[in-house]
Amino acid sequence: MKIDRQAVEKVARLARLALSDDDIAVYQGQLSSILGYIEQLDEVDTADVPPTAQVTGLVNVLADDEIKNERRDKLPVDVPASDGTSIKVKGVFGG
Amino acid sequence: MANVSGSSPYLGEVPKPAGVTAARKALDSGILKGVPVAVKDIIVTADGRKSTAASKMLEPYESPYDATVVRKIVEAGAEVIGKTNLDEFAMGASTENSALGKTVNPWDPTRVPGGSSGGSAAAVAERSAPVGLGTDTGGSVRQPAAFCGVVGMKPTYGRVSRYGLIAMASSLDQAGTLTTNVADAATALGVIAGPDPLDATSVDRPVPDYRKALTGDVKGLKIGIPKEYFEVEGGAKDGGVQSEIEEAVEQAKEDLKKSGAEIVDVSLPHTKYAVSVYYLVMPAEASSNLARYDGIRYGHSVEREGSWQGSLEDVYFQSRAQGFGPEVKRRIMLGTYALSAGYYDAYYKKAMQVRTLITRDFEKAFKDADLLLTPTTPTTAFKLGEKSDDPLAMYLADIFTVPASLAGLPAISVPAGFDKAGLPIGLQLIGQHWDEETVLRAAHAYEQRHDWHVKEPPKPKEPQ
Repeated sequence: MKIDRQAVEKVARLARLALSDDDIAVYQGQLSSILGYIEQLDEVDTADVPPTAQVTGLVNVLADDEIKNERRDKLPVDVPASDGTSIKVKGVFGG
Repeated sequence: MANVSGSSPYLGEVPKPAGVTAARKALDSGILKGVPVAVKDIIVTADGRKSTAASKMLEPYESPYDATVVRKIVEAGAEVIGKTNLDEFAMGASTENSALGKTVNPWDPTRVPGGSSGGSAAAVAERSAPVGLGTDTGGSVRQPAAFCGVVGMKPTYGRVSRYGLIAMASSLDQAGTLTTNVADAATALGVIAGPDPLDATSVDRPVPDYRKALTGDVKGLKIGIPKEYFEVEGGAKDGGVQSEIEEAVEQAKEDLKKSGAEIVDVSLPHTKYAVSVYYLVMPAEASSNLARYDGIRYGHSVEREGSWQGSLEDVYFQSRAQGFGPEVKRRIMLGTYALSAGYYDAYYKKAMQVRTLITRDFEKAFKDADLLLTPTTPTTAFKLGEKSDDPLAMYLADIFTVPASLAGLPAISVPAGFDKAGLPIGLQLIGQHWDEETVLRAAHAYEQRHDWHVKEPPKPKEPQ
C-alpha cells in the first residue's frame, strides 16, 4: 500500500498537525510501510463476523445524573488563556 | 560502552534508597503498608509531582486529582516514591520515545528496558522500589518485565479502574503491576483491583484474596501451548523466536509437568494478524483520545508565548506539532487515516472484525486448557537505537503480548532464566477473563522451582 503525499497532507489536516515538508516525506514512507504490512488482513474472511469494540460484555453502564464536581476551582489552573473563571479562546469564526 | 550518564528509571527527582527491610516485611505479610511504589508517569498524581506522560505536551502538568490506583495504594499505606519514565503517552516498546528522559536496562546499560512501562520495570529490577505501577495496552507491563527480569501482571480489562490513566487506547488500556515476585504481584493487584464509579468500564465483581490462590499446587491444571506463537515472522534475527527463549518454554513445560500440570497443544490460528489489528485499533482510539491536546485547556500551547499571534486553528496545529513527538504523531496520523471517510470499512471495521476472530480463538482454546503458556517476547532486550528508525520492527516486538490485550485477558510475565548474553527471559501465562487467580497460581508454582526471580542486576558503576 503506497499512500501519496496528498493523502498524508489530508490526514495531517484532519488530525490538526502542522507538518514540515520533511515530516510529510518521512510519514509518507512510514505509513506506506505500516499499511503495507496491515494489508495481510485482506486475506481474512470476515463476512458475517461482528466487530468487537468491548471485550467484557458490558452494555449501557449508567450512573445517576448528579453533579459531583468538587474540583471545579482546580481545573482551570493550567489554562493558557483565562479570565480567572472562564477559558479564553480565539474567535471561532473568521479568526 | 554507551554513554549512560543521566539515565534513570525516574523522571524528575530520583528517590533516596528507601527502607527496604521494612517494606519486605510488609509485602511478605501481604500488605502495602510503608511500601515504596514507583508509579509510571502516565498515571496521574495530585501529590505536587508532575504528571507528564513523558511528553513535552504535558511537561509542566500537575494533576488536580489522583488516579484511582494511586488513591488505593496510598490508602493501603504505600508511598509513591517517584514517577517513572515511559515511551511518550505509552507509545513504544523501548522507553526510547520518552521526550523527557533516558532509561536503560539495569542488566546491560547498552540495551533498552522495554516499554512502555520501562521506568517502572527498571526501578523494580534495580531494587529502588519493590513495587511498580504500569499500564499495559498491548504489552507495556509484560514486555518490559520480561526485558528487566521482573514479574509483570496485566489483569483482565475492567478488573482495575482506568480513572487517572492518561488515555491511549481506551478499549485496551489497563493498569498493571511490576514486582520482583508473584506473591507481591498478588498483593499489589488485590489492592488496586475492584470496581470504580469513576470508570464505567471497570466491572463490579468480587475481588478474591489473590494470595490465597498461591497454593503451589497446579495438579490437574491444563496448560495449553499455542503452536502459532512459535511460527511468527519478524521476531528474532532468524525470523522466529530466539532459540534460548524456545528452550525456556520447553523447560517450563517440563517444570510444570513435574508440578502436576498437564500440557496440551492448542491452536490460535489468527495470531499472525494480531499486530495488524492492534496497529489499527490502538491508533484509531489514540487519535481520538489525543484530540483533547488542543492547546486550549491545558498542556503545551503556543498561546503561552506572550507575543504569539494567530487564529484558533493555528493554536491547534502549532501546539500539537510542537508538543507531540514523532511516534505520537505517527500513531495519530495512522489512526486518523484508518478512521477517515472511505477507509473506515477497509481498515478500522475490518480490524474490529478480526479482533472478534482473535477473541474466538482464545474462547476455543480455553475449552481444552485452563491457561496458556507462551514466550512474552520473541527476543531478549534489544540494543538502544536498534529499532528506533524502523517503526514496524518496533511494533513486531509486541507480537506475543497484543493478542491477550485484544481479547481483554489477564496475563503475566515471569522471569524464566537468562540467555547467553546474560539477559533476562520472560514467560507469559494467559488466563481466562477474571481468572487472575489461576494465572497467579501457576506463575507462583513455576517461580518456586527456580531462583531466577531473586537474582539482581549488577550495581551500576558510579560515573567518573
